[in-house]
Amino acid sequence: MYRHGPRLLTRAIGGGVRRSAAVRAFSTDLAVAPSEDAAFVEAWRKLAPNIDPPKTPFAFMKPRPPTPSSIPSKLTINFVLPYQSEISNKEVDMVIVPATTGQMGVLPGHVATIAELKPGLLYVHEGSEVTKYFVSSGFAFVHANSITDIVAVEAVPVDHIDPSLVQKGLADFTQKLNSATTDFEKAEAQIGIDVHSALNAALSG
Amino acid sequence: MASTAAAVPFWRAAGMTYITYSNICASLVRGCLKEPYRSDAGAREKVHFAVSKWANGKPEKSSIRSDSHSE
Repeated sequence: MYRHGPRLLTRAIGGGVRRSAAVRAFSTDLAVAPSEDAAFVEAWRKLAPNIDPPKTPFAFMKPRPPTPSSIPSKLTINFVLPYQSEISNKEVDMVIVPATTGQMGVLPGHVATIAELKPGLLYVHEGSEVTKYFVSSGFAFVHANSITDIVAVEAVPVDHIDPSLVQKGLADFTQKLNSATTDFEKAEAQIGIDVHSALNAALSG
Repeated sequence: MASTAAAVPFWRAAGMTYITYSNICASLVRGCLKEPYRSDAGAREKVHFAVSKWANGKPEKSSIRSDSHSE
């Protein structure tokens, strides 16, 4: 909570005035929060000198790596799904994420970005090998210190996909779009078409 | 400050939230998987929860819901 202090203050002070170069600290540039509250620990030791003071979550957390002054050679990525951590702290050369604004390539030193993902292919380039995943939807957070966090609800390797089911789904939803009445049904049918055509493109591309 | 109308995605214009959209996408992808992966994924879709309404500080009734997401 206190980490956001400087950001909220600058927003309050400079929020009403339009600045041409508004500077906001990224989370990776802020000072590391102290791992223990000195005043609390001191008071504890006075009251209960024989018992160790309790550790707070901050004491267990590793501080965020700061933004390096020169562009690092590798990108560190974390790719997590709700049920498992697919890639954790792996150093790679490049990752291409299917953002709603198009396929976005992330290289080390990429500007800090938050991208909403659309159903599509995620490529992880490490040396000469490329790992492909089909991602259903999610977000990609690129931090200023060249760490990228990608979160998705469902991600499968492309060879787990069944082409006949994809074709059938595409035909079903195209037909549902034609027969849909309410806005909600139309949206659902449109989502079905989007997902299945992305699956189709992933299989053939 | 001039506020510009952001282009809302079609699903939000239709009254759907992001979570609903994301869950629909995920269940559609799960439905297109090949066999051993498909049954594994089916296990991920199951939800099981108990809902109880409270009134006057006492629980009124408790209904246990065990839905499979797509149905």
